[in-house]
Amino acid sequence: MAKEKKTMNLNFGPQHPAAHGVLRLILELDGELVEKVDPHIGLLHRGTEKLIEHKTYAQALPYFDRLDYVAPMNQEHAFALATEKLLDVQIPIRAQYLRVIFCEIGRILSHLLNITTQALDVGALTPSLWGFEERETLMTFYERASGSRLHANYFRTGGVHQDVPNNLLVDIGKFCETFPKIIDDLENLLTDNRIFKQRNVQIGIVTKEEAIAHSFSGVMLRGSGVAWDLRKSQPYECYKDLDFKVPVGKNGDCYDRYLCRVEEMRESVKIIKQCLKKIPTGPIKTVDGKISPPTRDQLKESMEALIHHFKLFTEGYRVPEGKVYTAVEAPKGEFGVYLISDGSSKPYRCKIRAPGFSHLQAMDYLLKGHMLADVPAVLGSLDIVFGEVDR
Amino acid sequence: MNLTDLNKLINSELTTKIKNTNIDNNELAIDVKVENLYQVILFLKTDEKCKFKQLIDIAAADYPDEEYRFEVCYLFLSHENNLRIKIIINFNLDEKIPSITKLYPSANWMEREVFDMYGIKFKNHPDLRRILTDYGFDGHPLRKDFPLTGFNEVRYSEKDKKVIYEKVKLEQDYRKFDFDSPWEGTKYIDEIKNKGKQDG
Repeated sequence: MAKEKKTMNLNFGPQHPAAHGVLRLILELDGELVEKVDPHIGLLHRGTEKLIEHKTYAQALPYFDRLDYVAPMNQEHAFALATEKLLDVQIPIRAQYLRVIFCEIGRILSHLLNITTQALDVGALTPSLWGFEERETLMTFYERASGSRLHANYFRTGGVHQDVPNNLLVDIGKFCETFPKIIDDLENLLTDNRIFKQRNVQIGIVTKEEAIAHSFSGVMLRGSGVAWDLRKSQPYECYKDLDFKVPVGKNGDCYDRYLCRVEEMRESVKIIKQCLKKIPTGPIKTVDGKISPPTRDQLKESMEALIHHFKLFTEGYRVPEGKVYTAVEAPKGEFGVYLISDGSSKPYRCKIRAPGFSHLQAMDYLLKGHMLADVPAVLGSLDIVFGEVDR
Repeated sequence: MNLTDLNKLINSELTTKIKNTNIDNNELAIDVKVENLYQVILFLKTDEKCKFKQLIDIAAADYPDEEYRFEVCYLFLSHENNLRIKIIINFNLDEKIPSITKLYPSANWMEREVFDMYGIKFKNHPDLRRILTDYGFDGHPLRKDFPLTGFNEVRYSEKDKKVIYEKVKLEQDYRKFDFDSPWEGTKYIDEIKNKGKQDG
């Protein structure tokens, strides 16, 4: 007589150290095998999109820092590009380079966090201690440029808020010299580590076709062998003048995604180095007084500057009617902003496309048939941050 | 293939099924009737030349004063052609939208989000539950008639030793200033800008 199949339901999270935030998973288990995963998200939902509809374009920008809070400036970038597309403004070359430098710093910040916490999830403590020291240095760069370690609010429509202080670029250059050694150290700890490999190789495999069908982007897509990077395929800012490679995985498992991230950090260092070499002097935001506010000196002397200042900080600038979608290659994948403007100074609708949302959705597909112990390993390799998933 | 080619192709292949197409800001948008939506998307996905194999996002918007209240925009990406496309439908609340979860598995959560935020219902969706809002939440927060502050607030009650829901009580009304300038502004700035473009 066939035995009746009995499954067990297990509640994972929402407060669980391996959940990378507030994720609640309802797991249906057959013994130790996962049969079904039902992620419950939204525990960090703050209504960002609704709030943005009630703010001017300049006021809406800081909300983007709070989405993927481990790489804040990359998000700001997508929104700044969307408004610039509607306004049809060109930003100065120096601003483009500054943006790229800080976006790549953001990429390193995010990958460092992900690699080290992924290692932590499968039992390695040391990488996170080493990696977080470097993150601290990088966040100091953020602080020196914008005044804030995390919520930078540095990018502006038409450029960046202010020029970088003296020596910051020199110090970033020094960091670029020492950092590859740190990546080597991390790789020494993990890449050939027997336990790390046992926990990650052949786990959470995604094929090329499935990755595309499940709306994967970024490392999740490249790990499965699709050579797709928006910085190469649909270049924005000055990425087309920079020389870098796009690391692509072969097997689409957790281990390949880890390797891709490590290589991407090396490429980011290369990009930053080139930017430091090429960055020109000049203005850091558009000189159009209707968009970027006047300097303090001008305020003291010019009537027109005073009027502009007043208008920009009460009404804000108006953005022509239209619907645009812009996307950037954020560390976690394609981060997009679909912006509808009705011609006023507030966005009519701002839909945020977070890469993590689609990645997390595939949990059920990824984990079917895996062991319970693989849940944190797969979750770790998805690179989930709940700020952006829940918005 | 570039955007204009794609525009031509779609206009010739789908003449009867689409309302109109336009290229704005270098983006191709196609207006479609709700009943033709599934067919159009099926074509875009399976056609040899289009190959829009990835659904990027589904974005809804609410226009309370228009003839059709809701608008849903589907964003697709074709890796092979390096092209993006927007499919836009307009409809009222009584209509049900065909779900495209069968074509794109990732549409599942995106449609759930649209349902949660706007109350738009999808036909043949396998599991149309709320996704981002709280358990037992009432209303659809991204509709324009939903107040920014919401209706309920949550706090931990020391007396009851549990989290309780209460009606929102604002010490001060939400302040919405009307900053919009009644003046049109000068035209010469646009002229200077355009002149610079022609010269440069």
